[in-house]
Amino acid sequence: MATQQTQLLARTLLTPAVALLFIWMIVPLALTIYFATLHYNLLDPGSESFVGLENFRYFLTDPAFLASLQNTLVLVGSVLAITIILGVPLALLLDQQVVGLSIVRLMVIAPFFVMPTVSALVWKNLLMHPVSGLFAWIAHLFGLPAIDWFNDAPLFSVILIISWQWLPFATLILLTALQSLDEEQKEAAEMDGASAISTFIYITLPHLARPITVVILIETIFLLTVFAEIFVTTGGGPGLQTTNIAFLIYSQALIQYDVGSASAGGLVAVVLANIVAFFLVRIVGRNLEA
Amino acid sequence: MARMVTTRNKVISTAAAWLVGFLIFFPILWMVLASFKTELEAFAIPPSFLFFHWTTENYVTVQERSDYFHHALNSIIIAGGSTLIAMLIAIPAAWSMAFSPTKRTKDVLLWMLSTKMMPPVGVLVPIYLIYRTFGLLDTRSGLIFILCLGNLPIVIWMLFTYFKEIPKDILEAARMDGATIGRELIYVLTPMAVPGLASTLLLNLILAWNEAFWTLNLSTLEAAPLTVFIASYSSPEGLFWAKLSAASTLAIAPILVLGWFSQRQLVRGLTFGAVK
Repeated sequence: MATQQTQLLARTLLTPAVALLFIWMIVPLALTIYFATLHYNLLDPGSESFVGLENFRYFLTDPAFLASLQNTLVLVGSVLAITIILGVPLALLLDQQVVGLSIVRLMVIAPFFVMPTVSALVWKNLLMHPVSGLFAWIAHLFGLPAIDWFNDAPLFSVILIISWQWLPFATLILLTALQSLDEEQKEAAEMDGASAISTFIYITLPHLARPITVVILIETIFLLTVFAEIFVTTGGGPGLQTTNIAFLIYSQALIQYDVGSASAGGLVAVVLANIVAFFLVRIVGRNLEA
Repeated sequence: MARMVTTRNKVISTAAAWLVGFLIFFPILWMVLASFKTELEAFAIPPSFLFFHWTTENYVTVQERSDYFHHALNSIIIAGGSTLIAMLIAIPAAWSMAFSPTKRTKDVLLWMLSTKMMPPVGVLVPIYLIYRTFGLLDTRSGLIFILCLGNLPIVIWMLFTYFKEIPKDILEAARMDGATIGRELIYVLTPMAVPGLASTLLLNLILAWNEAFWTLNLSTLEAAPLTVFIASYSSPEGLFWAKLSAASTLAIAPILVLGWFSQRQLVRGLTFGAVK
């Protein structure tokens, strides 16, 4: 009797959250699918008409789509590579005996808490400005020509800024994982005369495989839709050089007011994200059973 | 002998860690320094690191010219409001899944997680049009609503992982003693759940404070939080580095402090319990 009551109560308590999330998932998505089949431009009201898959054909064959897909993949891949290749040694370093570790940790984690618009603008102006930026001054000190970051290597500049934001995240997760590594195992390996390198390869690295996977999946989810950093620095330019899928859809929706095409693009973005989400959900799900 | 090696290692790793930490933190430090310079000094080459004329006039100007407090208040209301509402919806849900799990609980949790995977840009068009129709563009309630929904899965997940760690025996003991569910919730569960509740609240405040997709797309002036306020400094004609730095420092300072308190919970919250 009591359990039945509890069950009923439990279900009642769960319902609002489930209902809200369900609506949040279904309604906009259904509308996106519906708009994607329409010719619908906000600048041309009253001309809405059903066009079937025309918008998808238009969006997918648009040279801007291929360019922005490529930019998206380069951006996600580069940031992942940078944050993990730097994050592993950094986490290993912070796992050592360091005097004042808590302060170092604070300094390392700080960029993650800086809002994207601030980090993008501070990097673009104070650091990367071709004349008065700090990097230009440092280059000058070494007798090198200053780099005009956002003209000569716009996508790389954006990648650099985003990597700075996400390096703390990767480091912190890897560090947390390292700290749960069994010390005795490492000590035993040392006793058996294993070198630091083989301890790293045969004990530490396998232990990091899972957290690295988690970092890759979670960063990918967020990096696929990077927006603010591009919005305040390059506006997608020059040309299409820093336009990613998210920015392309934004510009079609809110600059060209082409609702139909932007919706088709939105669905393409949803499909891309779902491919990644599929793997992440499986990993988390496995963990839930343990 | 072994001791000496350890000491030497400690010195080396300490030096290396401090150097790397400083390099990573440097852009923020540089920004804070620039906020106390005059515009001329902020732009000067060679740059001055500490020996410049320290001034706080930028902070005054930022408030006067672009009304920092208006946007800061928006940020507080939007981040705070969306987080509180999300907590109110999430606490019962997480409680029920943690303490009366059914066969479907795992599926429900994973489904909730999957809603977080939906890229916001995928639903930008309908949300924008719905907001336009109902006059929700550039309103605080509109932003509160969307940020609340966006963070709800993370809030539920974090609370769930915390609630799950509360030993069930205690609840059973309370029930044996005749405690009703309401009393159980107030006197037994809540005190044990407070640390988890606090860190969930903190992390989601941070996420909502820094959210820069919906805020940039759905607000312009009236409801614009600090993310949008800072973005308004991106126009080339407004290249005032010292003022940009002052505004930025003000925008990130409160959240940096909160973030430093919650860094340990961050990992757990953002990996959905996959890394502890």
